[in-house]
Amino acid sequence: MVEGARRGLALERLAITHAGRPLVALDIVVAPGEAATVMGPSGVGKSTLLAAVTGTLDPAFAMTGRVRLDGVDVTGLPTEARRIGILFQDELLFPHLSVGGNLAFGLPAHVRGRAARRARVEAALERVGLSGYAGRDPATLSGGQKARVALMRMLLSEPRALLLDEAFSRLDAALRDQIRRLVFDMARRDGLPVLQVTHDRSDAAAANGPVLELHP
Amino acid sequence: MIRMISAGLALLASAAAAQSPDPADWDAVLAEARGQTVYWHAWGGSAAVNDYIAWAGAQVAERHGVTVEHVKLADTAEAVSRVIAEKAAGRDEGGAVDLIWINGENFAAMKQQGLLFGPWVEQAPNWAFVDVEGKPAVTADFTVPTDGLEAPWGMAQLIFYHDAARAPAPPRSMPALLDWAAANPGRFAFPQPPDFLGSTFLKQALHELTPEPDVLLAPPEQTDYAAATAPLWDFLDALTPDLWRSGRAWPPNGARLIQLMADGEIDLALSFNPNEPSNAIARFELPETVRAYVLDGGTIGNASFVAIPYNASARAGAMALADFLMSPEAQARKQNPEIWGNGTVLAMDRLPPADRAAFEALPLGVAALTPEELGESLPEPHPGWMVRLEEDWTARYGLAP
Amino acid sequence: MSDAALAQRPGGPRLRGRALPWAPALTLAVMLGPVAAGLAGTVGPAFGWMPALGGHTLTFEVMRGLFDWPGLTRAALLSVGVGFAATALSLAAVALIVAGWRGTRAFGAMERALSPLLSVPHAAAAFGLAFLIAPSGWVARALSPWATGWERPPDLLTAQDPAGVALTLGLVAKEIPFLLLMTLAALAQARSAQGATTARALGYGRVTGWLKAVFPQVYRQIRLPVYAVLAYSMSVVDVAMILGPSTPPPLSVQVVRWMGDPDLALRFRAAAGALLQLALVLAALGVWRLGEIAVGRLGRRWAEGGGRGAPAVETALRLAGLAAGLLAALAVFAGLAGLAVWSVAGFWTFPDALPDALTLRTWERHGPRLGALLAETALIGAAATVLAMLLTVACLEAEHRHGLRPAQRALWLLYLPLIAPQVAFLTGFQTLALVVGLDGGRAAVIVAHLVFVLPYVFLSLADPWRAWDGRFDVAARALGAGPDRVLWAVRLPMLLRPLLTAGAVGFAVSVGQYLPTLLVGGGRVQTVTTEAVALASGGDRRLIGVHALAQAAAALVPFLAAVLLPRLIWRDRKALRHG
Repeated sequence: MVEGARRGLALERLAITHAGRPLVALDIVVAPGEAATVMGPSGVGKSTLLAAVTGTLDPAFAMTGRVRLDGVDVTGLPTEARRIGILFQDELLFPHLSVGGNLAFGLPAHVRGRAARRARVEAALERVGLSGYAGRDPATLSGGQKARVALMRMLLSEPRALLLDEAFSRLDAALRDQIRRLVFDMARRDGLPVLQVTHDRSDAAAANGPVLELHP
Repeated sequence: MIRMISAGLALLASAAAAQSPDPADWDAVLAEARGQTVYWHAWGGSAAVNDYIAWAGAQVAERHGVTVEHVKLADTAEAVSRVIAEKAAGRDEGGAVDLIWINGENFAAMKQQGLLFGPWVEQAPNWAFVDVEGKPAVTADFTVPTDGLEAPWGMAQLIFYHDAARAPAPPRSMPALLDWAAANPGRFAFPQPPDFLGSTFLKQALHELTPEPDVLLAPPEQTDYAAATAPLWDFLDALTPDLWRSGRAWPPNGARLIQLMADGEIDLALSFNPNEPSNAIARFELPETVRAYVLDGGTIGNASFVAIPYNASARAGAMALADFLMSPEAQARKQNPEIWGNGTVLAMDRLPPADRAAFEALPLGVAALTPEELGESLPEPHPGWMVRLEEDWTARYGLAP
Repeated sequence: MSDAALAQRPGGPRLRGRALPWAPALTLAVMLGPVAAGLAGTVGPAFGWMPALGGHTLTFEVMRGLFDWPGLTRAALLSVGVGFAATALSLAAVALIVAGWRGTRAFGAMERALSPLLSVPHAAAAFGLAFLIAPSGWVARALSPWATGWERPPDLLTAQDPAGVALTLGLVAKEIPFLLLMTLAALAQARSAQGATTARALGYGRVTGWLKAVFPQVYRQIRLPVYAVLAYSMSVVDVAMILGPSTPPPLSVQVVRWMGDPDLALRFRAAAGALLQLALVLAALGVWRLGEIAVGRLGRRWAEGGGRGAPAVETALRLAGLAAGLLAALAVFAGLAGLAVWSVAGFWTFPDALPDALTLRTWERHGPRLGALLAETALIGAAATVLAMLLTVACLEAEHRHGLRPAQRALWLLYLPLIAPQVAFLTGFQTLALVVGLDGGRAAVIVAHLVFVLPYVFLSLADPWRAWDGRFDVAARALGAGPDRVLWAVRLPMLLRPLLTAGAVGFAVSVGQYLPTLLVGGGRVQTVTTEAVALASGGDRRLIGVHALAQAAAALVPFLAAVLLPRLIWRDRKALRHG
């Protein structure tokens, strides 16, 4: 690790082109505990930007620039080695696993022993008010419950940064506010840099951080 | 080029292979046969036949230490194809087919293409009992000389059968058949040529209707084919509209005729096994009122054979099996209508008294015919006739809307 | 980077990372070798080249002989006509069934009734159908003499009609279950319920709305199965021999007749006929593709026209779909039931609806041997299916991980075994197997089956695989799971149902193989199917009944597993239980 390197998530002169046509260009540093928002209408390339950060960019796109996490260049790393968590507008809970199974999936292998892993899972559920839900089928949960499980699954994987891809857009107004607050509070408490893309101004307001506008 | 060479080599190899084993030294053949497994490719459509083959296999296993595997075919052509493919691939030793149940055109084709091992048949010990004088078909398969390349193991003769309850007075000649069909439209069928049985019906009708039947023994090119066959086509033109389904659909084979008879769709049919109706009655496939008969002028008969492909793996074992199939014991069992009911190829006067007695003691199936009733069979025409008849029949009736 | 290393198990992914990109190439090589040799073995003789039978010069005489054969035009037209009619009718029936009844109890019942039909071997179904519709068949027996007045079966042409109507309907009954299963697999991924609900909310009738809003997406996913149905219906042999006309028969049957003719010279013509058959199939696929474009254009205009579907028409279409589904199920089931009764029948004559007496004789006689045959059948089928699934998953995963688009485009070649007429293609294949020494044993038969099993497994699995929501992959990898863990712990379990279905389809295809088993096995490998076909040539309905039921049972077990296992394993997982 480079001595004195800036902590947080840095997108250095990140530029994405599609068939030679520039799509998105961005240069930004998100500090730990800070939540930056990229705003723009649908189709402007917000999700593509996040794909570049997670390393899942479709081969049809080309990318220049670097992604650094706590000073380390992760641009060449596979997605699973980047330790960048992401939440989508759908919760994407694995339908074949129980709620507890989903959370344990996120829990790193270095947490050893059934009892220890189960305890971590149970503790995570408790943090979001879902004690005793470990054995449930995710398909039987309400929208808000699913969103909380998805969040905890992500946090259990011990990410060093958090991406939000329109993560709240499917929730109804009351729930939306509650989940949004939960996510940003937890990210702040864990000292995670957060980068969200959204087309909703209230998401940006809730993030309470720098806002960048993308234009088509 | 490489293929031509390998084909040339194949010919050389088959010539060399013909030396081994030497049929003249039958004891050596039996010694070599011990421990071999013979893959016998034979039509597997009849439970009775399959059971007989299984019995024969058990017998040669006991006597000569030869294991027999019956490869059940839907069509003999499948085994012929296999040998051709092996030849094409240059596998001139270690072929998959050791013995084929064969006759007629398939034999003629394999013989002509040099795909058979031999000669070996006339050195087999049981050949001495075969009725060479009384049954010319055992050495002339559809007039093609067998030349010791195939061993006869059964006699077949065309017979007709009818349900006496529904058709008490069946026709006994081709003109009578025409009248009968006109009076009973849709109640007679023969399989669609070139099915073996269907083609035999054409040959039978030709034999009866053609002005000079003797010309049929020579290739059709040596005679006035049009004149010889004109009465047949007139006959068929008249008969076809009164056939089952008015000749717009055809039974594919003899087995379907049994089914149609059992279903009551037809009242008159034909078979190449004089005992087939009896067997079918025993298996509940035909009503007990079915009876067999032959036409007044006699019917066509032939023999069926087993042959060894040029590249067979277990030639000695196949020879031992074929010899057993010609033995009095195997032949008597085969003729037993309760087992199979297929006529013997042996001459009774050549047999030891005990074996002759075994034949005489055989029961007769309920619808079976005695040798006297069957009478003398008519010879098969030259294979060339069958080819021409099948082609012309197909052009005239086989493509009709 | 110790942190990165934590997420990856050492060695594993990297090793596979090198092997996986080769999977499509390997699969293609395994498949194309035999297919190319098979086709070469057909092209050569079609132009007079077949040294084993003395053909040493290239000539057009064989082709000329084929085109001079007087029945050729009608045989070819019959192939094409039956192919188009059977494909269009079964596709239409499936569309109406799904459009009109998806989500209802009747649909569940139909799905349950039709799925097992897929496992019924074509020949067994055809035998059963032939017995149903013959003038002396079960339907006539049930109605005689009290309703029809028939004391004897009438001389009516039902099966084997010259126009091939019976053959077409028989194929439709067998293809409806196949296309329905493929459609259901596609629907599971296509969010069809939302589309259909949206359309109905816009005031569209159930059928009209589904056809306009959902069908185009679904069709894109089932296109290859439809092509397979078209190619199959054009070149089918066994069903055509039982239900089809014979004056002349469809071209494929005529090719088989020439192959089996004692006159070995006709094998050249058989090869030429097979080549023509291949050309016809390719041309028909082209025409169908053009038809797709035309129908698509008309369909868009129809969809944009805004017609909501008159209630009377809606009802009629729904009833038509229901009738087609029920008739198909009923026909095959009743046919099989007929065979089952035959297998225990004593003497049974027209017009009795049931046999005089029942006997277990046939079962007792053939039962003991059936056990060994079924074991061999299961072993070969399981081996070929597992190999096919491994190759398929490796190909699809390579495509997913490495974005091997060109390889993906080349994979259409996998469908060659479905398009090339089996009988002609197999002779050359057999010769190749002999040349490389791979024949005469179980291993060779497994490889031969693989050639035919793989396309169907690929066909069944590719679309559900590709339609899997890739965001699950991103979500899992962002949680630290490497590609292998995503594959084993997320993707495969989520796709359990399509995987099992593909396995069942593959197994059923393996069970149904007659010619490949016989030709490549050299007759030394015997399965329940080689036995059944050999016995069927004797025409004894009792024997056919016993063996057809055994064959159907062999193929049915994996289908039951494909239906029941997901229900059992996912009994607590609502989202996966009904796929």
